[in-house]
Amino acid sequence: MKTYKSILGLAAALVIGTAPVAGVLAASSINGAGATFPYPIYSKWFDEYHKKNPEIQINYQSIGSGGGIRQFTARTVDFGATDGPMTDKQLFSVDGKALHIPTVLGAVVPVFNLPGVTELNLTGEVLANIFLGKIKMWNDPAIVALNPDATLPGGPITVVHRADGSGTTYCFVDYLSSVSPEWKSKVGKGTSVNWPVGLGGKGNEGVAGFVKQTQNSIGYVELIYAEHNKLSFAAVQNKAGKFVKGGIDSVSAAAAAAAKNMPKDYRVSIVNADGEDAYPISTFTWLLVYQNNSGSTGKILKDFLTWAMAEGQAIAPNLGYAPLPENVKRMVTETISTIR
Amino acid sequence: MSREMLDNFDQRRRRNATMFTLTAVFTAVSLTLLFAILGYIAFHGISAISFNFFTKLPVPLGETGGGIANSIVGSAKVVGLACVMGLPVGILGAVYLAEFGDNKIGFAIRYCADVLNGVPSIVMGIFAYTVVVLSMGHFSAFSGSVALALIMVPLVLRTAEEFIRLVPGSIREAALALGISQWKVILRVVLPTAARGIMTGAILAVSRISGETAPLIFTAFGNRFWDAGMMNPIATLPHTIFTYAIAPYDDWHRQAWAAALILMLVVLIGNVTARILMKTDRGAAH
Amino acid sequence: MSIQLQDKSEVEARSPAAPPRPLRSLRPKERAGDRVFRYLVLAFGLSVIVMAAAMLYELTRNSLLTWKAFGPKFLVTSTWDPVQEIYGALPFIYGTLVSSALALLMAVPLGVGSAIFLAELAPRKISNACTFFIELLAAIPSVILGLMGIFVLVPFVAKVEPFFIKHLGFLPFFAGNPYGVGLFTAALILTIMILPYITSISRDVILSVPTPLKEAAFGLGATHWEVVRLVTLPFSRAGIMGSIFLALGRALGETMAVTMVIGNVPKISASLFDPSYTMAAVIANEFAEATSDEYVHALIAIGLVLFGITVIVNGVARLLIYKTGSATSQKAS
Repeated sequence: MKTYKSILGLAAALVIGTAPVAGVLAASSINGAGATFPYPIYSKWFDEYHKKNPEIQINYQSIGSGGGIRQFTARTVDFGATDGPMTDKQLFSVDGKALHIPTVLGAVVPVFNLPGVTELNLTGEVLANIFLGKIKMWNDPAIVALNPDATLPGGPITVVHRADGSGTTYCFVDYLSSVSPEWKSKVGKGTSVNWPVGLGGKGNEGVAGFVKQTQNSIGYVELIYAEHNKLSFAAVQNKAGKFVKGGIDSVSAAAAAAAKNMPKDYRVSIVNADGEDAYPISTFTWLLVYQNNSGSTGKILKDFLTWAMAEGQAIAPNLGYAPLPENVKRMVTETISTIR
Repeated sequence: MSREMLDNFDQRRRRNATMFTLTAVFTAVSLTLLFAILGYIAFHGISAISFNFFTKLPVPLGETGGGIANSIVGSAKVVGLACVMGLPVGILGAVYLAEFGDNKIGFAIRYCADVLNGVPSIVMGIFAYTVVVLSMGHFSAFSGSVALALIMVPLVLRTAEEFIRLVPGSIREAALALGISQWKVILRVVLPTAARGIMTGAILAVSRISGETAPLIFTAFGNRFWDAGMMNPIATLPHTIFTYAIAPYDDWHRQAWAAALILMLVVLIGNVTARILMKTDRGAAH
Repeated sequence: MSIQLQDKSEVEARSPAAPPRPLRSLRPKERAGDRVFRYLVLAFGLSVIVMAAAMLYELTRNSLLTWKAFGPKFLVTSTWDPVQEIYGALPFIYGTLVSSALALLMAVPLGVGSAIFLAELAPRKISNACTFFIELLAAIPSVILGLMGIFVLVPFVAKVEPFFIKHLGFLPFFAGNPYGVGLFTAALILTIMILPYITSISRDVILSVPTPLKEAAFGLGATHWEVVRLVTLPFSRAGIMGSIFLALGRALGETMAVTMVIGNVPKISASLFDPSYTMAAVIANEFAEATSDEYVHALIAIGLVLFGITVIVNGVARLLIYKTGSATSQKAS
């Protein structure tokens, strides 16, 4: 009987204990979900914003761009985030007017593990052929031609791609589709594709981990992951013909080129952008908000986004993200003012 | 003893020794695995453990002094509620199976429980998402508890049933012979006798759900701050571990390992407490 | 174990000489409290069936598009192409079944062996302590095990594989490239995860074997191992089987840890060292990003297939147990 009493006591304690702890704390909190790639910068932004406005809690969780779009559409969260813009079909299912707000820029870089080789030049065509499985060996004439000074091993290339769906993949295959007609027809683009060859790593971390541990391998990850894992990554030939490595400046250059023809809803792909110094595998990342919100949500979002366009942008480079080009920022600020 | 038995006595003796050495080796392998894993986690995470780690909220990237207090409390709440929902259903269902269930319905229940045990935790999470989150219109700790309880019930059911069955019929019959009504016999005699085994099942189930991430992603959702009650998103240890582990920052990695270490510790303490509670209560037949 | 009296004909068959008596007066009327209790626990038991039915319903409802588009061909198609929207479950079915089978093959001897040692040989205090720790294995978050898999297990297997490939490579099971990731590594991780279930539950079941039974065997001159083999294990069969079912369930449904070490390639290959993919892993990997309805339905269809496979595997296992009979009166559940 004693056990039953103690069990009942425990249960009662639990029921009492589950009463709101934070009734005292935040007066308002909103939830958002979406892309994993900008999670570090968003969490930094939301934390900093919370410091300035302690009564506001913005809780963002990374469940993937697709998840972000779906939860945003289902209105289980107040805002979403995505690395790939919503398609017309998806926008059609949204009840209300959805706004894409570009926040920062990122780059997808081809990381590799070749003993003795730290710099590599690749063209889009060669990259596509590697991932198609047409180029199987590291000392293939196509690669050697681009890298006459490097001692490439004679071994087979171990290709590593993402197992999980992701905006990173979307950006990468978007690029491959735009430079390789064979890739476009055979594989296509999406957050998840039918990879002809290669192993699937889970998350950017998974891919980085595999490449780091496997000799003669090649993969693709967000720039930050390459830098933090100290992986070598290749320079990719851009539309202007120059071999450019991913970095804040080269990504900003890609965005600046696209900014000239920025559509009003900001849904644009900037892979293979024009520009002398543009990095060809770059992408915007967007926050998804409703133009009309209930309660104080609209005001909070508006206030936060205004802050993000000012102070937020300044923090971005510290964490490895490229800030928005000036003219885009101006356009976005105007769009933000329409949020209610 | 027969001649044959005496003749191959040595052979039997040797086989005895061999088999038991083998089992000892197996046990050693299991334990080595565990300590190796624990050691690895501790090695990688110990540097992040501090008083702040237990008591503070996460801080912005780049700053130090943050912690995972909200995840620890959140896990306790979500798992706690899941237990409150799942344990009674599992144990009482097991009572039915063991005491009254040698029939078609019992067979069906057992079968369903075994099948449910094989459902991936993410599918449980998706199910809880469709049933609870979509109906409520937002994520909540409660939906997370529902998902975990769904995982827990079939697990507890099967293990508890086995142990209730193992209670000797003589004990039951003795009690019944004294004129006690059947339900009292079950609650006051059979269950306490089976308590140790039921506790094993419960501990395994609680350990399992404490470490589950996938079902919580689409239900409890996660929270960078203190939660605002069970009807709102909440942070949990496995979710925090997952978020930090897949990030590119070493500091977050260390926090992930440290959080895993804490999770292990909390589960260990819970197990030990549960076992001690069992011992102090009279009735365990072992 | 129900304690109702047998019906009239059995009683009569046993004691034909006794005069026939109206047995209704002998059967105790079920007391109200007992009846309420019985219905109460029945309700709780039925809730499990309700859960399973609800899950089946939801899984089916949310995968209709796939069945409409592909029908049963879904089960035998090997392509998984989200862009062209061609989906097939076969590679995942293969990966799931093989990895789980292999894991059971390794975990059952390890687990039951440890359980025997802990229950029969080890002094009680050590046994209890060891069991605590083994149960702790069940609490390790699968994401952590997955990470350790990537950083420790995969390189280790990558070192070990060339040896097998060199000497046993003629067998299709051991051919292939030593990536380190693959079916074999996944099976290893699954073994670690399902071990605590088998060990812990089996140990408790073995401890519950009535001492008089064992003493009788000892009294007849059996060695300790013979007692275990001839008395303890048969008696514990049902319980140990139950623990194996649980372990199998866990293995079939494990997601995170497996996806980090299996290579995630939806292709069927005979070699155990080649990368593979499981049903749970693909759902976990792609669900969050799947935006089109067809895609989501395809993933849920895989969930449904897994559900179905679990039903079949459990059915087959039960049939086998039933056919081989139960040595004791414990009904093999």
